[in-house]
Amino acid sequence: MSLFARSPWILHYDGSSCNGCDIEVLACLTPLYDVERFGVVNTGNPKHADILLVTGSVNERNIEIIENLYRQMPSPKVVVAVGACACSGGIFARAYNIQGGIDKVIPVDVYVPGCAARPESIIDGVVQGIAALEHKRRRTA
Amino acid sequence: MSPILYGLLFLVVAPIFGGLLAGADRIVSARMQGRVGPPLLQPFYDVGKLFQKEARHVNPVVEPLLLGHVGFMAAAGAMAVGGTDLIFTAFVFALAALCLVLAAGSVNSPYSFAGAERELIVLLASEPFFILMLAAICKVTGASTYAGVLASPELVALQLPGVLLAFLFVATIKLRKSPFDISTSHHPHQELVSGLTSDMSGRLLAYVELAHWYESALLCAFVVLFFNWSVPLGLLAFAIAYGLEVLVDNSTSRAKWQLVLRSTWAVTLLFTGGNVLALFLLAR
Repeated sequence: MSLFARSPWILHYDGSSCNGCDIEVLACLTPLYDVERFGVVNTGNPKHADILLVTGSVNERNIEIIENLYRQMPSPKVVVAVGACACSGGIFARAYNIQGGIDKVIPVDVYVPGCAARPESIIDGVVQGIAALEHKRRRTA
Repeated sequence: MSPILYGLLFLVVAPIFGGLLAGADRIVSARMQGRVGPPLLQPFYDVGKLFQKEARHVNPVVEPLLLGHVGFMAAAGAMAVGGTDLIFTAFVFALAALCLVLAAGSVNSPYSFAGAERELIVLLASEPFFILMLAAICKVTGASTYAGVLASPELVALQLPGVLLAFLFVATIKLRKSPFDISTSHHPHQELVSGLTSDMSGRLLAYVELAHWYESALLCAFVVLFFNWSVPLGLLAFAIAYGLEVLVDNSTSRAKWQLVLRSTWAVTLLFTGGNVLALFLLAR
């Protein structure tokens, strides 16, 4: 197992989510799921992060913020879209201010379905994100 | 074995010790929170990964300053164990910390700059203590080097219990533990407080972590000075002290900088100053 697989640091950004997925993301850090077992750290700083985990859809006001966060992350990096809204815009897709899923703005590597996404599927999404991270690292090395 | 060899040994052993300590710290913290926690070697995986990751250079001075941070921190430990005058090593220790402040302060980011300012404040709070502590240890043992203190017939902890208590208090700053980790806090806190490293990525962040491992080992070496009769006893005392620090870290909320500065100076003055004054009056 590579070092990237052993130490995935995550940046969590809430687009325009209802907070359902955000609560499930935070649930992953609690004693029940304890993702720190796998070396996952919730960093809060794009410059330290390997995986950008986005919940909620893209709206007019956060396009710039998502692009900025993505640009600030050093390579290799992957994006995991968590929940129906982040994947496609979800229930808010036709709202006047919503652009759609995260892939309207930045390239998404893993789509995690669900409304709200279950912690198990979020963890699975991160694991697939790690595989994508490893693939990108090999390609650039 | 000559003291210089001990110094060289420190350069090799200290990062391994510091990394394992950080790993144990994360496991103990997790257990206190009802979690399993990461593997013991997690800090090594993290630093290894950071060396493989892209380093974003925001300006040309950050990397040399951070290399200075690691270099001076390692040198401070190696010099202390390797037979240099202990008080001199306290200044090298301070210089290492100053390199980190300069690196964070050289960046345009307001978060990084705020972190640098806070680090300067905790430096202001802790440095007078370390100089006083080493001066007091040298005074009671009549020695000025590490080997000299270890060879002294006086048990330093018995002579300087107040200084030892103050050390436990001030070490909270150096070990980056709550409530005194105002400039850099451990995950998963997400506040301005981790501002110090906000513009460091890839190997630049790895340097900071590596320097912290050397710093932890140096603090352990300082604890051994208090229990100079037996090194294993000193290591045991450090393990207990570190356990207490982890407990405090997990059970307190972060203090404001004013409280950090005032309380640290008050403890330094009362316990260290009081201890040294008492010894002076008793000796008369």
